[in-house]
Amino acid sequence: MEWIGFANYAVYMAIFICIYALLSLGLNIQWGFTGLFNAGIAGFFAVGAYTSAVLTSPAADGRLGGFDLPFWVGWIGAMVAAALIAWPIGKICLRFRSDYLAIATIGVAEIIRLVIKSEDWLTNSARGITDIPRPLGDLPYTMSQLAYLAIVMAILLVVYLMVERQIASPWGRMMRAIRDNEDAARAMGKDVPYRRLEAFIFGSALMGLGGALFAHFNRSITPEAIDPMVATFLVWIMLILGGSGNNRGAILGVAVVWVIWSVSEIVTDQFPHEYAVKAKYLRIFLIGLMLQLVLRFRPEGLLPEASGERKPVGKTGN
Amino acid sequence: MGALEIINFYLVPGLVVGSIYALGAVGITLVFAILRYAHLAHGDLATLGAFLGLGLVTALGISPYLALPAVMVLTAVVAVGIDRVFYDYLRERPKIVTVMASLGIALMVRAIVQVVWGVDSQTYTRGIVRPENWFGIRVRDRELITILAMIALVVALQLFLQRSKWGKAMRAMSDNPDLALLSGVDNGKVVTITWVIVGGLCAAAGLFLGLNFELKAMMGWSMLLPMFAAAILGGVGRVEGAVIGGLIVGVAEEMSTLFLPTEYKAATAFAILLLMLLVRPTGLLRGKVL
Repeated sequence: MEWIGFANYAVYMAIFICIYALLSLGLNIQWGFTGLFNAGIAGFFAVGAYTSAVLTSPAADGRLGGFDLPFWVGWIGAMVAAALIAWPIGKICLRFRSDYLAIATIGVAEIIRLVIKSEDWLTNSARGITDIPRPLGDLPYTMSQLAYLAIVMAILLVVYLMVERQIASPWGRMMRAIRDNEDAARAMGKDVPYRRLEAFIFGSALMGLGGALFAHFNRSITPEAIDPMVATFLVWIMLILGGSGNNRGAILGVAVVWVIWSVSEIVTDQFPHEYAVKAKYLRIFLIGLMLQLVLRFRPEGLLPEASGERKPVGKTGN
Repeated sequence: MGALEIINFYLVPGLVVGSIYALGAVGITLVFAILRYAHLAHGDLATLGAFLGLGLVTALGISPYLALPAVMVLTAVVAVGIDRVFYDYLRERPKIVTVMASLGIALMVRAIVQVVWGVDSQTYTRGIVRPENWFGIRVRDRELITILAMIALVVALQLFLQRSKWGKAMRAMSDNPDLALLSGVDNGKVVTITWVIVGGLCAAAGLFLGLNFELKAMMGWSMLLPMFAAAILGGVGRVEGAVIGGLIVGVAEEMSTLFLPTEYKAATAFAILLLMLLVRPTGLLRGKVL
């Protein structure tokens, strides 16, 4: 029976990889293609998770909702809510250099964390929201996990194709132009803050969707479900290691980092308790060090961004 | 509620915590203006300073005030070391890459603190200190010392920046790094001096935070937002602005508990930050906007 447990674990890991891949693709739109520093990924993730939870869970006393709506309404709602949070932040901060956005997104993630922890009527604070329906969740355990994996993979595929298409379009070219030479892009008449706002909102909506998929997978969401700094930072290292500006790299980075992260957790859980706690922080130290090493020795990541050089038009006969 | 109560329960604690923010915000404003990036590891460097102080206090049995100079030197060395090992080679790359590296450093420094000192709250001294009564205004000695030490450190820094050769070089590099380089300013040395000052100020902020409240691994990180709010409120690059900004943010946070639940103290700093970026991004004293 060993291999069934192993297969179950692999499916579980694959679902997480797909969810993180959505976050990584969202960050790639913001950082990879537009150069925006979002340090509040966990905040948008949490907004998505809680929005979908409130919309789809059955009615409960003492808190808003639940409204018992179908899951897809919750997922769309999660994207809209994350986008609505991103809009004012981006509106204020994107006129300036990305440093200001970094600080403001740290702030917004912190405020979101405070609201989730202390507002009983909205999020049921520490107890969290339970009974979140999972699509096809009535099947037996293994089938249900596989079905959910199929759903998140399908969503990831659709998102990937849409982002690829968007990036290959004139819009994508314009975004890279803004990222690489803001002044030149502005001189060409591009509305730089507005375009950045588009990318920021688009990416944040994907992070919200990732949060919603996470909440439905766990069937519950509590303030402790994710460590905000670690979650945000993991997505960053995934994207940088995989290759920012390259969507396949973004997904590859997720798989590599998530496998390392999970396996190291299995290893450290074997330690006696007093060391296990310390080992948890050692892992965080090493993931931070990994970022420094990637930035130093392979800043372009495993799969670098396509250079965008094209054959001269005359020679291809077009 | 009488004026005395407002002063005792809101103004004095606000000024104390504001002085701590000011010490941090001065460092942030220097890094922002001279090195031109937002240093996100600033809070965690302060945490490290506070815990290094705890190490000295418990190992040597000295008072935290005596440990302060040593801790400032130690943290300055750590700050210079971090710059040499991690930030220096990113200097030619877009500055935002260094911001990202500093986020990683923040996690690494905090992880070290958590491994070495554990995750439980600690204090420098045990027991409750009763506040002294000065004509109805109640102030603890440590609170008075925090405010006075902040003023002394900032005055010393201002004298250094205005009068000394290296202080002038720092200001020149802040105004125009290329021109400073052409005029014979050794940029590398200026960077090192900046980190020495920033590291020392960070340590002082952390130590006074630990002295007035308690030592926790997250203490510095939760101070990051108010410190940045203070730096931007005062005007990036303006040392006296960072002090004013720190005091305003500190007092505003304490006052906010009159209208808002205490949990949302941190939201005050965030609101100030967004408001300043919206209406006057140069800050009160006309600083830089990067």
